[in-house]
Amino acid sequence: MALKTEEMILNMGPQHPSTHGVLRLELEIEGELIKNVKPHIGYLHRCFEKHAEAMTYPQVIPYTDRMDYLASMYNNFGYVVAVEKLLGIEVPERVQYIRVIMGELQRIASHQVAIGTYGLDLGAFTPFLYLFRDREKILTLFEETCGARLLYNYMWVGGLSHDIHPDFIRKTKEFVQYFRPNIQEVNNLLTFNKIFIERTANVGILPLDAAINFGMTGPNLRASGLAFDIRKEDPYSIYDRFDFDIPVGKGTVGTVGDCWDRYYVRVLEMEQSLRIIEQALDQIPEGDVQSAIPKRIKPPKGSVYTRVENPRGELGYFIISDGSTSPFRVKVRAPSFVSLSVMGELCKGHLVSDVVAILGSIDIVLGEVDR
Amino acid sequence: MKNPEEILELIKSNFPDFEVTFDSSMPVEPIISIDPVKIHLVAQFLKTNEELLFDSLMSLSGVDDANGTKTKEEDGTETITGGTLSVYYHLHSTSLKHKITLRTSSNRENPEIESVENIWKTADWHEREAFDMFGIIFLNHPDLRRILMPYDWEDTYPLRKDYKNPEFYHGMKVPY
Repeated sequence: MALKTEEMILNMGPQHPSTHGVLRLELEIEGELIKNVKPHIGYLHRCFEKHAEAMTYPQVIPYTDRMDYLASMYNNFGYVVAVEKLLGIEVPERVQYIRVIMGELQRIASHQVAIGTYGLDLGAFTPFLYLFRDREKILTLFEETCGARLLYNYMWVGGLSHDIHPDFIRKTKEFVQYFRPNIQEVNNLLTFNKIFIERTANVGILPLDAAINFGMTGPNLRASGLAFDIRKEDPYSIYDRFDFDIPVGKGTVGTVGDCWDRYYVRVLEMEQSLRIIEQALDQIPEGDVQSAIPKRIKPPKGSVYTRVENPRGELGYFIISDGSTSPFRVKVRAPSFVSLSVMGELCKGHLVSDVVAILGSIDIVLGEVDR
Repeated sequence: MKNPEEILELIKSNFPDFEVTFDSSMPVEPIISIDPVKIHLVAQFLKTNEELLFDSLMSLSGVDDANGTKTKEEDGTETITGGTLSVYYHLHSTSLKHKITLRTSSNRENPEIESVENIWKTADWHEREAFDMFGIIFLNHPDLRRILMPYDWEDTYPLRKDYKNPEFYHGMKVPY
């Protein structure tokens, strides 16, 4: 290039509304063009893994809530699945069904935040309010079940803290009926809005081989065109009993794996979650949700790595047991942590204004990045 | 799709002079142990071999095995000398669907393990995290610096079993 402007370092964050939390991005820019992006993380580091070593197995569950605070139910889910595998216990049918229903409701609630704030990042305020209005209904369902709206401590090893209340099934069915047409509303307001498409289509393209190599999972990987979903691939709990599709990015308005695809996969996933919830509500058996909770949780020596499909991707728990009542080592493979590492690669060659669009599209939660 | 025993056989037949051990005594998951300075060669083989195609590194975890000699100090804390620090690799193949767990251990005083960053990009941040939390040095890693702790954190590694809270942080008393 003959014309070369001086390179400049620009700090975005740690206090910045579009970084979705306390994240600092160090942008190396040349004029308006991004040369490189270095994320600096750790501002929310609490060393959950060190805490876990001092706790007994059930005491770790509230800590998992606080990692991905937009999908706490699913963090509980992943942890209890891991500990149950280590203990080798079977969980009653009713518990399995309730876990799946709660997990999928949580997925919808999490995607509502992801979609709403993504619109907000790009200047569309209304969809955010519409989605938060609907998310409120899910949080109310959770609150009526376990008393908490954000951090639940609901799923316990071998069972649940509370059974669902008698009205829960009716209310959830009402919610499914209510919310299904609202997805179309989101599409009308945001998805096919011309300004929104201009900002997101062909921006931040992630080809499939790079996506796999960078360890992307969940909606970010599916947007690059691979129908990979742990609920189908490596079924845990009772996900093999339900009929649902895996949405993938098709490059409808741009290229496969661009920001718009990553956004739209989430919209389609909400519909699939509704389908799973409907099937689960119809099949749910009667039973006691606390009958299988072990009196004393003391797994044998060994190690286990389990992964579940968190709304943000593969949530892995690697637990090593030394045969005592507290874990020897808990490592969390957090999907946001891995997704964020791809930022530098995605932003190269784009404009400064695209950084916000790309960061929003990979949908990170900083509580989980830093743990 | 191959089971861990078949994968082990493939590794053994391709690297006959490497020390590879298999541990299926652990309930739940069998683990293959490999020499820390040769891990990248095995990793490269696992990724590119047509029968294996491990294209995805699910997780990379540092672990303090705490198997050295423990000495009690006056204030009740423990110091560990000797023993090993380990790194666990959980691999998965998106096309062939099989999974495997690798382990490599290095001594605690000078923990050096070959980096697999140029094989799986995702290892970059995972290895930085293991360096940050355990002080494991990943040889040939392009950008090995702290990731979660502050950059000016002194030479202590929080997830080691004998970690002690520092008394001072930049001249400030902790707890203040």
